Amino acid sequence: MSTQTTVRPTPAARRPRRSKHRPAWEGRPSIGGQALKTIVLTCVVLAVLFPLYTVILTSLSTQAETIRVGGLVTVPGELTINAYTQILNGGIVTRAALVSTFVTIVGTVVSTTVSVMGAYGLSRPGSFAHRPILFVFLITMFFGAGLIPTYLLVSSLGLINSYWALILPGAVSAFNVLILRNFFMGIDIGILDAARIDGAGDWRILGRIVLPMSRAVIAVVALFYGVGYWNAFFNAILYINDNAKWPLQLVLRSYVLQGVTLPGSGVGQVDVATGAVTGLPIKMAVMVLAIVPILIVYPFVQRHFTKGVIFGAIKG
Amino acid sequence: MSLSELVRRRPPVVTPGEAAPPAPLPTRKIGWRVRLKRDRSLLLMVTPAILLLGVFAYVPMLGNVIAWQNYSPYTGFLHSQFVGWANFERVFSNPLFVDAVVNTLIITAFQLVFFFPIPIFLALLLNSVITPRTRTTIQSIVYLPHFFSWVLVVTVFQQIFGGAGLINQTLRDHGLGSGFDMMTNPDTFLVLITMQSVWKDAGWGIIIFLAALSTVPPEQYEAAAVDGAGRWRRMWHVSLPALRPVIILLLILRLGDALTVGFEQLILQRGAVGADVAEVIDTYVYYQGVVYGDWSFAAAAGLVKGVVSLALVLGANKLAHVFGESGVYKRA
Repeated sequence: MSTQTTVRPTPAARRPRRSKHRPAWEGRPSIGGQALKTIVLTCVVLAVLFPLYTVILTSLSTQAETIRVGGLVTVPGELTINAYTQILNGGIVTRAALVSTFVTIVGTVVSTTVSVMGAYGLSRPGSFAHRPILFVFLITMFFGAGLIPTYLLVSSLGLINSYWALILPGAVSAFNVLILRNFFMGIDIGILDAARIDGAGDWRILGRIVLPMSRAVIAVVALFYGVGYWNAFFNAILYINDNAKWPLQLVLRSYVLQGVTLPGSGVGQVDVATGAVTGLPIKMAVMVLAIVPILIVYPFVQRHFTKGVIFGAIKG
Repeated sequence: MSLSELVRRRPPVVTPGEAAPPAPLPTRKIGWRVRLKRDRSLLLMVTPAILLLGVFAYVPMLGNVIAWQNYSPYTGFLHSQFVGWANFERVFSNPLFVDAVVNTLIITAFQLVFFFPIPIFLALLLNSVITPRTRTTIQSIVYLPHFFSWVLVVTVFQQIFGGAGLINQTLRDHGLGSGFDMMTNPDTFLVLITMQSVWKDAGWGIIIFLAALSTVPPEQYEAAAVDGAGRWRRMWHVSLPALRPVIILLLILRLGDALTVGFEQLILQRGAVGADVAEVIDTYVYYQGVVYGDWSFAAAAGLVKGVVSLALVLGANKLAHVFGESGVYKRA
């Protein structure tokens, strides 16, 4: 994409003070201080990466290997993709992954569209009923209705066992709307006024001017929504009783965390003789399956986090 | 204008004292009919969001009326009998509810002490890393677990700290006993859930502190250095004051959320470790209502929590104003 280069300013251009060279006034740090800093930061990074490494490695190891070491594999031994072929063979894990994918895609599209429109509609102070409408959003940030009435509402709407129950109740996050609104309000009003004088209506301005300028912040908000949908499990506990409709997180909870036996695929089975969990590579493969979409999307969005686009909204 | 220019032009909006908002549309001189006509597209754009909030946020707020009823799903809230404050009296006189409140407050307090300072410390540390590439790489790595689900985080911890986990496995291999299992031990549960929270969210927490630090003009550090301040004094007298508004803001948000502690995290582990330590207000409401079917009682307990939380946010914000900070929202 040609826009890549313009979207990503070099760090040096963004923060002129952050040159690679230490300014003269800073003085040289002590060797001990430098070493300590390096050690602490290395430990922090390892604390994040090591569990992922051992989970991924175990998912790629043979069952025999996990039994030999007695659990998680930390040093690569015999490798196989057997666990992945087993869980992706069309059984309950495959179905759950498809359910999660469907809910995540539909939910993210609905949430992002509604939020972008809502945020633009709220981005012009002085427009009709601007303050009352803003308050309608703000109040939901400070006072939640509570679990019980929400559950009773969803069930009385007949949404039990419907995927819409996983999407609609949390479809609009006032916080995300305010993030977008704050960004839209920062767009140079002159450009918008110029478009208006040229005869463009609000829909046209939103589609042709505001959206292209706001790709980064919209990507961040879409990621927040998408991750929320992908990771949610409790709404499925509440609203989805039929386990053929379970999303992946619920399968992960039942079959991996709680060790309930998954018929026909060896997940969660315990070998009575040795006490070893024989399905360990398969369990770990289910975990990896639950992280992979995040690992795929994350690199494209994470660079926006350092730009300070998301914090203006904390203040109403 | 390219996006990068736009982003560069916009100052990071962390600090209180917002940049001037765009000039408001003229209001006073125009009648409401004209404005309604002028802004109809804007109103139409807000409509879907308002409808969704109306149905799924405001209707349930009204649904809290069942807290004053003897609600049963068969009669519905229209025909259920009103019982006054009886449900609330039951809530307050229930020792299990009191236990849940105490557990919630203990967890909040513990995490305030052992979680809250970590992102500040990490941000100061990371801010002192000069090489931009190293800094952004570390940032991207430590932000990552924030995007993992609680199911995944708890499962990862189970695989490492549980009875069949990596630590127990290593201890056993070295003949150091095999009884290590943090996942089911009520005594270490506070430490466990705090470790989980730190692993998942401490990295993400630094983002706001880094943004605040990036607003400090380098001249301030230089001037301090010229005046003879060393590294530590520059951190104390320049960096930390820059973080002060953010720290106060986050403390307020945390205080307002004092009664909300990782619902998903706890409900996942309540079974393994027991309700004695893992029952908090939210899980209590869930079990009493959805699991045991005592809808009105659970709704009353939930409503008590909602109202107290609201009061806490408003009170904390007032407190911030007293301290001369702008808090979560400005004085209206």
